[in-house]
Amino acid sequence: MAYENFGFEVDGDGIALITWDMPDRSMNVLSQGSMGDLADIIEKIVGDDAIKGAVLTSGKSAFCAGADLSMMGGQAGSGDGSQSKEERVKALYENNLKFNMLLRRLETCGKPVAAAVNGTALGGGLEVTLACHARIVGDNPKTQLGLPESKVGLLPGGGGTQRLPRLIGAAAALPLLLQGTALKPAKAVEMGIATKLVKPGEEVAEAKAWLKEALSQEKVKLGKRGPEVLPAAIQPWDREGYRIPGGGPQDKGGSQVFTIGNAQLQKNTHGNYPAQTYIMQAVYEGIQVPMEAALRIETRYFTKLLMDPRSKAMIRSLFLSMQELSKGARRPAGVPKFEVKKLGILGAGMMGAGIAYVSAQAGMDVVLLDTDQANAEKGKAYSEKLLDKAISRGKSTEEKKAALLAKIKPTTSFDDLDGCDLVIEAVFENREIKAEVTKKSEPKLAENGIYGSNTSTLPITGLAEASAKPENFIGIHFFSPVDKMQLVEIIMGAKTSEETLAKAMDYVAQIRKTPIVVNDSRGFYTSRCFGTYVSEGIQMLAEGIKPAIIENVGKMTGMPMPPLALNDEVSLDLGYKVRQQTKKDLGDKYVEGPADSLIEKMVVDLGRVGKKAGKGFYDYPEDGKKRIWPGLEELVGSNKSTEDVDIEELKKRFLYIQALEASRCFEEEVVTDVRDADVGAILGWGFAPWAGGPLSLIDMVGADNFVKECDALAQKYGDRFKPGALLRDMAAKGESFYTRFAPQKEKAAA
Amino acid sequence: MGECYIYDHVRTPRGKGKKDGALHEVTALQLASQVLENLRDRNDLDTKLVDDVVLGCVDPVGEQGGNIARIAVLNADYADTTAGVQINRFCASGLEATNMAAAKVMSGEADMAIGGGVESMSRVGMGASGGAWSSDPEIALKSYFTPQGIGADMIATKYGFSRDDVDAYAVESQKRAANAWEKGYFKNSVISVKDVNGLTILDKDEHLRPDATMQSLAALQPSFSALGEFAFDGVATDRYPELESITHVHHAGNSSGIVDGASGVLLGTKEAGEGLGLKPRARIRAMASIGSEPCIMLTGPADVSRKALKKAGMEVGDIDLYELNEAFASVVLRMMQSLDIDHEKMNVNGGAIAMGHPLGATGGMILGTVLDELERRDLNTALVTLCVGAGMGTATIIERI
Repeated sequence: MAYENFGFEVDGDGIALITWDMPDRSMNVLSQGSMGDLADIIEKIVGDDAIKGAVLTSGKSAFCAGADLSMMGGQAGSGDGSQSKEERVKALYENNLKFNMLLRRLETCGKPVAAAVNGTALGGGLEVTLACHARIVGDNPKTQLGLPESKVGLLPGGGGTQRLPRLIGAAAALPLLLQGTALKPAKAVEMGIATKLVKPGEEVAEAKAWLKEALSQEKVKLGKRGPEVLPAAIQPWDREGYRIPGGGPQDKGGSQVFTIGNAQLQKNTHGNYPAQTYIMQAVYEGIQVPMEAALRIETRYFTKLLMDPRSKAMIRSLFLSMQELSKGARRPAGVPKFEVKKLGILGAGMMGAGIAYVSAQAGMDVVLLDTDQANAEKGKAYSEKLLDKAISRGKSTEEKKAALLAKIKPTTSFDDLDGCDLVIEAVFENREIKAEVTKKSEPKLAENGIYGSNTSTLPITGLAEASAKPENFIGIHFFSPVDKMQLVEIIMGAKTSEETLAKAMDYVAQIRKTPIVVNDSRGFYTSRCFGTYVSEGIQMLAEGIKPAIIENVGKMTGMPMPPLALNDEVSLDLGYKVRQQTKKDLGDKYVEGPADSLIEKMVVDLGRVGKKAGKGFYDYPEDGKKRIWPGLEELVGSNKSTEDVDIEELKKRFLYIQALEASRCFEEEVVTDVRDADVGAILGWGFAPWAGGPLSLIDMVGADNFVKECDALAQKYGDRFKPGALLRDMAAKGESFYTRFAPQKEKAAA
Repeated sequence: MGECYIYDHVRTPRGKGKKDGALHEVTALQLASQVLENLRDRNDLDTKLVDDVVLGCVDPVGEQGGNIARIAVLNADYADTTAGVQINRFCASGLEATNMAAAKVMSGEADMAIGGGVESMSRVGMGASGGAWSSDPEIALKSYFTPQGIGADMIATKYGFSRDDVDAYAVESQKRAANAWEKGYFKNSVISVKDVNGLTILDKDEHLRPDATMQSLAALQPSFSALGEFAFDGVATDRYPELESITHVHHAGNSSGIVDGASGVLLGTKEAGEGLGLKPRARIRAMASIGSEPCIMLTGPADVSRKALKKAGMEVGDIDLYELNEAFASVVLRMMQSLDIDHEKMNVNGGAIAMGHPLGATGGMILGTVLDELERRDLNTALVTLCVGAGMGTATIIERI
């Protein structure tokens, strides 16, 4: 019998070899078709006396990367409107339970089934193998084994929350489930998730060997009245006297796992991430009952998650949009693929050094230029430092290090830039210096070459005035530290050509980062929005709200750092200068607020400019943790504690002020694609990932509601909360960003 | 509603709640039985007239499980007709048991009843009965569960009690308890725990450290800083964002001791007492229980005291003596601060920091202690209260006849 998605053959020993190999796909995914085939195959194994056992493997290089998340995204959230909410919930539950019960049928089919895991098994892929009686894994360094669902706001809904803790105990399983950690094969074997580590390529042979051993054993009764089956065909948790490793929630040790785990979950997520909460609940409740009931519990929480708008937003931004953008969804079509072979970097400071590292890592020849040879060498030494660290962690080798360092040429000579496909300028934020280096380096570019500026604040159009070819001039804004930050903000100057944009995006693809495309404006997109979060914190401080409340509430919104601590990091004098500049630019129109005098006092009178000075909003004792400066409350006259403020309102102020700025950027066409706005916010300044980005947040609240709430905030706290015309129009029409500005997928480059 | 009178009370001495404690070899059943036997014998009680025995027990599992009150009634050879029920209001169980017994008397359900409690912490470990609150994520997350010790440290941080403040309170508790023992203030109420031959196993509280000083306490490391840093301080600051961090000030020396013990309070109507020829020593003036914010957990005493005072139509100043279980020093400091109570009226003979806190039994013990002290000082009114797990408070106001 032939199956569409699986090969099926039985050898002379009665061992069926099931080879998962979906047609016309590079990767196996859990689809309706695959599941249907698998169901038929299981019944075939059960019903055919000639089949003694089975090996499940993959015909692809990976085993299976899990469910198709674009399909999941469709399942999630609001549905198509043709069903009532209750009907949708019921359908989701039943559909997902079916998959769970299919895997249950696999593990209770009465014959031993071994998974020959010849490559990466993630999510549903790993869950399928967990429902097998053994996992024989090839020791391939590229293989990843894990349940990453929680990273995109989901939970493993194919028994993962139940089988993993039953296999290795709740204490070991929970971190893997909550953080979505992927493991190398050796680690998976060490932890007891996989049965045996074998040489790559020998997975099937070894799985058959395991089966032969299993088939030679004496049959035992399954339960008191059950049929006689081979012991190897019974999962540990279906055996008489099974106890979960480390104990269940009602045992002393097991209960501690949850007590501490709950607290850490609250501390780390502040209740913002439903997936993590439901994983805890599914594990806690599920491991106390038999497997069938446990799978129902898991499916209930899985269904509840799929109905949660936060999950929908997370899947969309953190997975789908991020993938689309990384693959060049915003790249203009019709421009031939461009490859940077030689890259020039002007300025070997922190940013230049980081850009050199990631570019050399991508195989480019890098010329790292500075005014002073020692500085240029220092910039190169940064790569050395990173590589030494990687070697000490076993993630690189001396050979790789030597090869990479050989690609970076530190210099002071502009002649060395000769023939560069791309020059990125990363010198001081000073127009004159920037103009000078542009003029000096541009003539050295290769014929097709382009010029990028890594400025974070100065408008590109102005900088391009120094260029002889402003159409080839573009903003390529990196984030610090460059080797860790995934985002690159590409800024179009007034004259920048589509061709230059395509080339810049090809470069970003070469260094495997995620680009967003924005138009020129003060602070572009990310710096402009990010600033509002910090400003709102200072505003609250000036209102007399106790600093600890401001900081704790900042954390509770899901932002990676509290606002005042963040301001200390970027330093207060920077903000002070920006305020002075803005004041100058706006003249009479500038509205002086209480925050202005506060910052002036901190910077000018007290010299408390931030972490770099060892004093800012915080004190930084040499031995010990930073603490909020005890004099701060007195300085600002803090008199509002929790009894005087509404914590929920403070949270909204922090999030809404950023979302409003993002919506203004959209209205002003600084950003033009909802994916750029949301992904850029999460990757660029760490905007609360649980919300899926600032525009997703507005969609979740509903434009109508959002406008009402912002109007109320504007009444109390000032015009900065006034929504723009776009939001009011959306509110009036009942529109959302993702409906009104639905990204056009066909625009994506092939 | 009828009146309820207190006729008598006894308690066991409190044995160290460890394997080397004197009461470790005594079953929880024996502790409870000996309290009942003493109450019967010293009052010449016809136990047929005792309708019910209500005993508090916080970890009612194993030998303390399965309704130890009824089993102790049987073991103490009370009349078959005396019922028994075990209740759990966590740390206030002993007082709650007394209040429930009193309520039975007041409502007419019982003419005579005994309230009190028992806890052998050395034999049945603290937390042995489990429970959903800390481990079930559904409720732990929703209610910001933190352990009591972290709650006590939160109180100290939020209301400004320093390590010196809590240590000084603890030193004073030790002094007062030692003084009370030395002068024999407890002797009428503390029974001797006897063995099968009638020989005394323990007749005095075992946990006291009368030589404790600020210096000796200063050497102790805070008990909850590691746990706090690891996980729970982050929960605390989510619930109380006005706190930048939690200052951990509590340790074994300024927190209640882990001990074994049992208590009983004999209650009844006026008529029932008269029938037995007993003289009422006090009446129950008001009783109350209340829920409070569960994360900080231990601020219930002030709230429930206000509630009880209101029911009694009294003011803070109308109470002659206050007795608040010394679960942690900051709990007492906070109640005194909140209600503006003079330390000279609070826990005048020390408390659980010095003598220990046998969870389910304590409420009955401190009710008796303060009644004895009212008599000794010839004062009239006292308010007894305890802080309670999961954010509650229970209080009783008594008035001498």
